[in-house]
Amino acid sequence: MAELTRIVLAGEGGQGVQTVAEILAEAANEEGKQALYIPNFGVEQRGGVSVAYVQISDRQIGAPKFQTGDIVIALSDRAVHRTQKYVGPQTTFVYDSTIQGLEGELPENAGEVLPIPAVEVAKKEFHPRVFNIIILGAVVGASGVITLEQAKAAVEKRLGYKFTKQPELRDLNFRALERGAGMAVRRAG
Amino acid sequence: MSPQPAMPRSWRVDTKPHKFCPGCGHGLILKCLGQVIDELEIQGRLIFGCDIGCSLLSWDFFNLDTIQTHHGRTVPVMTGLKRARPDLLCIAYMGDGGGYSIGAQHLVNAAARNEKITVILANNTQYAMTGGQMAPTTLPGQKTETSPYGRDPELTGFPLQGPEMVGAIGREGVYSARGSVGNLRQLRRFLKKALENQIEGRGFSFVEALSACPTNWRTNAVETWSFIEKEMPKYFKTGEIKVPGAGREEVANG
Amino acid sequence: MSQKVISAEKRAFMTGNEVVAWAALAAGAEIMYGYPITPQNEIMHYWTRLAPKYGRSFLQTEDELSAGFTTAGGVMAGRKAFTATSGPGNTLMQEPMSMAEMMRLPTVVVVQQRGGPSTATVIYSQQEVTLTTIGGNGEGMRIVYSTATHQELFDYTIKAFNAAWKYRFPTFVLGDGYQAKMREPLTIYDPAERGIGMVPPEPFVGKEGIPGEDRPPAQYRNTFNLEEELYEKVMADVSEYEKIAPEVAEFQADGTEDADLVLVCHGVVFRAVREAVAKLREQGRKVGYFRPVTLRPLPVRQLREMVGKAKKILLVESAYGQLARLFKEAAYGSGTEILTLFRPGLGITAGEVEAKVKEILT
Repeated sequence: MAELTRIVLAGEGGQGVQTVAEILAEAANEEGKQALYIPNFGVEQRGGVSVAYVQISDRQIGAPKFQTGDIVIALSDRAVHRTQKYVGPQTTFVYDSTIQGLEGELPENAGEVLPIPAVEVAKKEFHPRVFNIIILGAVVGASGVITLEQAKAAVEKRLGYKFTKQPELRDLNFRALERGAGMAVRRAG
Repeated sequence: MSPQPAMPRSWRVDTKPHKFCPGCGHGLILKCLGQVIDELEIQGRLIFGCDIGCSLLSWDFFNLDTIQTHHGRTVPVMTGLKRARPDLLCIAYMGDGGGYSIGAQHLVNAAARNEKITVILANNTQYAMTGGQMAPTTLPGQKTETSPYGRDPELTGFPLQGPEMVGAIGREGVYSARGSVGNLRQLRRFLKKALENQIEGRGFSFVEALSACPTNWRTNAVETWSFIEKEMPKYFKTGEIKVPGAGREEVANG
Repeated sequence: MSQKVISAEKRAFMTGNEVVAWAALAAGAEIMYGYPITPQNEIMHYWTRLAPKYGRSFLQTEDELSAGFTTAGGVMAGRKAFTATSGPGNTLMQEPMSMAEMMRLPTVVVVQQRGGPSTATVIYSQQEVTLTTIGGNGEGMRIVYSTATHQELFDYTIKAFNAAWKYRFPTFVLGDGYQAKMREPLTIYDPAERGIGMVPPEPFVGKEGIPGEDRPPAQYRNTFNLEEELYEKVMADVSEYEKIAPEVAEFQADGTEDADLVLVCHGVVFRAVREAVAKLREQGRKVGYFRPVTLRPLPVRQLREMVGKAKKILLVESAYGQLARLFKEAAYGSGTEILTLFRPGLGITAGEVEAKVKEILT
């Protein structure tokens, strides 16, 4: 893993990007890494695009926000527009391929563009509720900042109380995580 | 030598004679208060807070620990003190400008939260320390420096009814009354009941005292008493507005 | 009260607002007074959840005037009291804090800066520097710590209570919306375990005995009759403030000795500057940084020494020259060229700082 990974997650309110960012940062922290997560929290948090900034490193982390992300994930058409400015030649840009009408809207300067059919997969193969877990898987797959096992442990930590009541949820979430990770494997590795 | 009336024990002798103008109502109110403090024997656990305006001149008036605060802010300072040390008794002393205008939000919310403090407010119908400007309590037609042709209720409203307002906001445990320097026996009784309300931990207590300001009213002794006893009561009725325990019917009727 | 809040040192991963609540608890704060305003709300949220477990109290006031004045009442009662605010709330807070300055009250206020002027944004800025350091109708006799990391937020919140009760000047912890809302790791601890002694609070009023009989009454005022009376009072405080300033002032500096350019900043912007300076140093550029931790009082002696040696200064802040005004006053008389990177209400990244430095040093 690179010494510093910068991740931007953006989506509509309710898509769970802040939760994903929080789980990811907490998991990295659990592993003894330096992690910094900051949500956008303007007036936009009500009915606007929700953006989360996560940095994970082996060393001390600088400013909480940054200009260019290593991984930029956009989960709605508005999020695709909103996150353009964080994309550079080194950026892996991940977006939900279920979104219609993005022709010509995707960043041309990205190092790599990865379409993932997360919304569709969540609906058809799992349950719309695990959409954010699929996204967490995708972030883990694309960034490699934590391992899949560590991600599972983080999900367990967060949702364990639900799993005790409904053990089948654990399997559902873990499979969603794996499926997400499998979707977002970078060509460059 | 004519016999001097006895000074209350809680008064600070070395700061007397006090600094109020001749004929000012503050001296009378503070005398009643001093007598009540003596009677209740609370000098050792009572903190006196005073505001800005003429009330600030009472900052060294008593043999009491005293905090002179900002204009309108005596209620929050005493609230903060009481919340931090509930074993103490706290009085916030102020004028009508401090209590009803610049500090109105504090008075309203302290009453609504039922803060266990006692607010004593001298109502002399204007801002005295700053030279006699119109206050929320100025009577219709009354001339002040900022209503030189007389207060016009069309333009600036009617006198604010403080104890009635506190009574309306306050729920169980709130005591609210209006006395007058024209009836010291009654004023003393209200002040005592207000402090007892705090001592017993029932809640917020509020006493407005109709007071005199011959300096800014530009009145002689006869005119001063006439204003207090005839003009002010037209808008400000003395009496108890809300008494804990006795307030059930009022609440039901209200 | 004797109950330990943090039994053993531990690594935590939390938001800055949560850090402040824990630090205040660990410092032995007994009561918080507060009024809702973003981005400081969660300080109250965590405090109201944690405080009852440790016998501490909270009062939600009707506004920031009241939050400040109740805090003043709380400290005069002899309790470690604090409040937190931001932006327009900080504007209102200046009135009670000017009384605290006059009456030498050990109030602690945590400020999480948001955009200004007016309501502006609820997000972030460094635009409350002037207000927090020299606001109010006074002489700015305050202690202001500007933090950059969650660890500092924890350390300096604890320190703020000690500075306030030791020196009796109103004390501020100046954070910002980024620090309030972001999560990062830090170590939380019990001050005693680290050998940090806490200055015990002392009541101003309500001490033992009947005033006038057993002891003189404790009478405090902020109003004076005569010019001379006020002058003497203020000058006595000024001289005390100036005396303690060198021991209160703190700063952090690196690479300033041989630098062609020294970057000056404070608070969260320091993170971007430190990152940029490290990168530029790797590239062989002679750059350094100087970061005052206390904005009031400033580390004037060290600042002037640094300015005396530096070839050029670059002031970086998320405001339009608020740190710069304080800095220039302290550096007055030096001929060193001062350049600026001002981004009022906007976050500053390491990349921007690096680009600006390269532009200057070409």
